[in-house]
Amino acid sequence: MHLVNIDDVEMRYGGPEGTLAVSGLNVKMDRGEFVAVVGPSGCGKSTLMKLTTGLQRPQKGAVVVAGKEVTKPISIVGMAFQNPIMLPWRTTLDNILLPLEIVEKHRKRIRTHRKEYVERAEHLLELVGLKGFGEKFPWQLSGGMQQRANLCRALIHEPELLMLDEPFGALDAFTREELWCVIRDLHANTDVTVMLVTHDLRESAFLADRILVMSARPGRVLADHEVPFARPRQLDLLYDNDFNHLVQELHSEIARARDNA
Amino acid sequence: MSTDAKGLNFVKLAPWIYTAALFAIWEAAVWIFNLPVTFLPAPSRIAAAIVQYWGPIWSNSIQTLYTTLLGFVLAMVGGLAIGLLIGWSRSIYAGLYPLMIGFNAIPKVAVVPILIIWFGIGSIPAIITAFLISFFPIVVNVATGLATIEPETEDILRALGAKKMDIMIKVGIPRSMPYFFASLKVAITLAFVGSVLSETVGSNTGLGNMMAAAQSRFNVPLVFAGLVMLAIEGIVMYAIMAWIERRMTGWAHRSSMG
Repeated sequence: MHLVNIDDVEMRYGGPEGTLAVSGLNVKMDRGEFVAVVGPSGCGKSTLMKLTTGLQRPQKGAVVVAGKEVTKPISIVGMAFQNPIMLPWRTTLDNILLPLEIVEKHRKRIRTHRKEYVERAEHLLELVGLKGFGEKFPWQLSGGMQQRANLCRALIHEPELLMLDEPFGALDAFTREELWCVIRDLHANTDVTVMLVTHDLRESAFLADRILVMSARPGRVLADHEVPFARPRQLDLLYDNDFNHLVQELHSEIARARDNA
Repeated sequence: MSTDAKGLNFVKLAPWIYTAALFAIWEAAVWIFNLPVTFLPAPSRIAAAIVQYWGPIWSNSIQTLYTTLLGFVLAMVGGLAIGLLIGWSRSIYAGLYPLMIGFNAIPKVAVVPILIIWFGIGSIPAIITAFLISFFPIVVNVATGLATIEPETEDILRALGAKKMDIMIKVGIPRSMPYFFASLKVAITLAFVGSVLSETVGSNTGLGNMMAAAQSRFNVPLVFAGLVMLAIEGIVMYAIMAWIERRMTGWAHRSSMG
């Protein structure tokens, strides 16, 4: 039984004559799996995220998550984007607690059980290396620290599915590698399922169990690579021959997909 | 360190120095060119007029302040409400916006006679004119604050099952507050324009009426005394609004705080 099952989906924006974003899209994800999605720009990666979370409904085909067809937004997902979009009038801790004020299951409890939730948030802050920064405002944090806090916010309601849309695109190389390890450890220590949309092929090969290569618009899955490297993976894997071989293969596949567009 | 402290002091003193310089140049110009008092009275002459007519100047200033503030408070409440409403719904926005542009384009001086026909001579036309003229910038600013919510923020919250009301309360309203408080600084000065306009066109109280009456008697120093009082009231109210803005939405001025 797959956690995510996207079956022959077609999605067109802006009416019958509009842009065909994805067509014949098939994606299956097992529980606990880490799947990366790569592809040329405009290949419908963001559409894939929106379909999976229920923000968009497909015109054709079905999206089934956790055994139920997705017809409206589902709160078992956590999302993080490239832009951390912390709310500047809230402290970092209050930003992280925000999803709990929304999700049906928690919004009534948070007033009476705030202490328990604050503890959970502080535990997450510690996991991403931000212990003691909860009382700071987001604009007092660096870009990398904001992105760490962003991950905490995506995880606070203990989502079954974590959706990451180029979360490290705007960070410098060293901070990015640090955060790869944060994500790697989060995935190893919990049973969360992760979908990572990225342009960074090394990122996808370092983190994922499986890499999906998407075609140019209208997007569909061209290739499905099992990533063979054993876990836990260390950063020196990035200089391994097999690793670079995989990255090169991905690179040429995407180049071909772009040329065919 | 000492040069820093000096620089800071100079910045703090600058408004007073510049104001004093303006009045000094003005005084000197009147003296050098020997300008008649009915053309341009010197600041010392205006100060004398303020002392001489303090009783009526004070009561008319209070009257103008009262109509201005009442109109302004109405504009604040109404502007916030309408701003949130048109930020809430695209169709309300589409329907109301052209109407409001039209209303805003009408010269308020043309509206005052109508208000006097409806409500008679008195405070009410001044209050309504102050309201009408200061209402628009507040609406536009609040609506802008709502319209510029990052789509990702909405996506994250909607994916969690947030209703439109949740997004409005958690993000929209706090986010539009800096815009709202910034617009109050513009609105309060416009409110003075409105109330004085109405008092000048048709009223028997207020600084506008006092200046119109003084002008018809060629009491030019008293006209300028009225202008000085208006400037002082305007600056004080502006400063209060700026202070409230900093108190309420300090997070939006983080670069100056950090």
